[in-house]
Amino acid sequence: MNIEDKLFWDRFKVDEESHLKIIDGEKCIKECQGQPCLYLCPANVYRLEENRISVSHEGCLECGSCRIACPHLNIDWRFPKGGYGISHKFG
Amino acid sequence: MKEAFDVAIVGAGPAGTSAACILADAGIKTIVFERGEYPGAKNMSGGVLYGYDLAQVLPDYVKRRCPIERNIVESRIWYLDKEGGYSLAYRDSIFAAERKHNVFTVSRAKFDCWYAQQAAKKGALVVPATVVVDLPRDEKGFVVGVVTGREDGEVRAKITLLADGINSPLAASTGFRLEPKAEEVALAVKEIIELPAEVIEGRFNVSAEDGVTTEVLGAITGGMSGVAVIYTNKSSLSLSVGANLADFAAEKIKPYELMEEFKQHPMVAPLISGGKPMEYTAHWLAEGGYDAIPKLYGDGYLITGDSAMLFNTPHREGSNLAMASGKMAAETIIEAMKGKDCSRDGLAGYGRRLAESYVIKDMKKYRRFGRFLYQNKEIFNQLPHLAAFAGREIITVNGVSKKEKQKLIIRELRRQLSLCRLIRLAWRGWRSVK
Repeated sequence: MNIEDKLFWDRFKVDEESHLKIIDGEKCIKECQGQPCLYLCPANVYRLEENRISVSHEGCLECGSCRIACPHLNIDWRFPKGGYGISHKFG
Repeated sequence: MKEAFDVAIVGAGPAGTSAACILADAGIKTIVFERGEYPGAKNMSGGVLYGYDLAQVLPDYVKRRCPIERNIVESRIWYLDKEGGYSLAYRDSIFAAERKHNVFTVSRAKFDCWYAQQAAKKGALVVPATVVVDLPRDEKGFVVGVVTGREDGEVRAKITLLADGINSPLAASTGFRLEPKAEEVALAVKEIIELPAEVIEGRFNVSAEDGVTTEVLGAITGGMSGVAVIYTNKSSLSLSVGANLADFAAEKIKPYELMEEFKQHPMVAPLISGGKPMEYTAHWLAEGGYDAIPKLYGDGYLITGDSAMLFNTPHREGSNLAMASGKMAAETIIEAMKGKDCSRDGLAGYGRRLAESYVIKDMKKYRRFGRFLYQNKEIFNQLPHLAAFAGREIITVNGVSKKEKQKLIIRELRRQLSLCRLIRLAWRGWRSVK
């Protein structure tokens, strides 16, 4: 069971514009030791690419964990626009 | 719209909607903003709600067709190692019948939606799909309403109630509550597993409409300070597993992998066997306890529910604290409006009401509990392993005398945890809940 399958059960209304932004991408590669966002995000939004960390905001479950656990507070985290993002069917 | 209201509420969850119901009943012009497509769209909890606190707001909630999943008649606590574990359960007929709906399970998407409809019927204006992005103040520092993400989205109000939940970038950016530290929240993930009602009733030994809650501690959180739950709904099970966010960061354990492991545990797998997963969600729980509660009110504003970090960790109570604090906030607002004083002094009754209620009394009682779990990882490592070793020895009949088995268990105990450490653990545990 991988995370993509789990996210497939959920209902999302995706905004084209991302509500999550890494403020300084270089910091993630050059300064961040643990890169906890790669592990603790329950939707695996953050992935390590060759030279950067990519952000797939489409599957964000809006828990806020990446924002406060980032050792450099390097994530600009907003709520998706009203009505966008995940809509719980059961909750 | 630059319309003026008496009260603006941010968030249509149990706290905000409870306040909206009371305010609307008193004829106070109230507007509630909800960022989700509908109230409940962003909300998640284990899924237990409490009839006592709901009845304080809506005494006739059953008649109003509150979407109850199952009336809880049995509460189980499991302490598990990887291969098995202990189960302690309590059920009785007085609780099941005479105190019906004291505890029940809900789907938050359905419940919160229904609850907000009741507030709307009473006269509150509920506006979904609207994010509040700022809380403007006047020159004296009074909060004077909200700014929403909509065009010309400023709405004036004499008093603003923050009920926007634990993940509140708004509270942090406007300075009403500091951003929680990672160790002050637990991150929980949840799955809804669909099963036929009769199958659930058979597996949990309950009749139709009745259900069971199971709280799980032990080696199921990968050595992290955390908890899992299994709650019965009408035709699904709610499975959640969560741990302290700082532990997740340190251990590099992925939340969804922890969930997969939990689902495969020999005591969990048979309960969900044949079930169809329907939803996967994530949410924080306030773990900071009494010491993490922010300043609860000020000039023109109050903070309530999860936004105020009101959560009773050992008793998994949160939705009731939200409803109770929302109600107390509303009562205070009514008082302030009558006295025409929306300042900090005019709203001081909120602090007094909370302090006199079970909300703050319980949080004070358990103020050390979260830290106790976080700082004593044996509870999630060696201790469940030792408990399982002892349990396995005790149920195995193999010609070894009981005296010898006892010696074997004590030897293993000493090998893994010193007696001194064990006593200290018991003492600290007692101190954290006494």
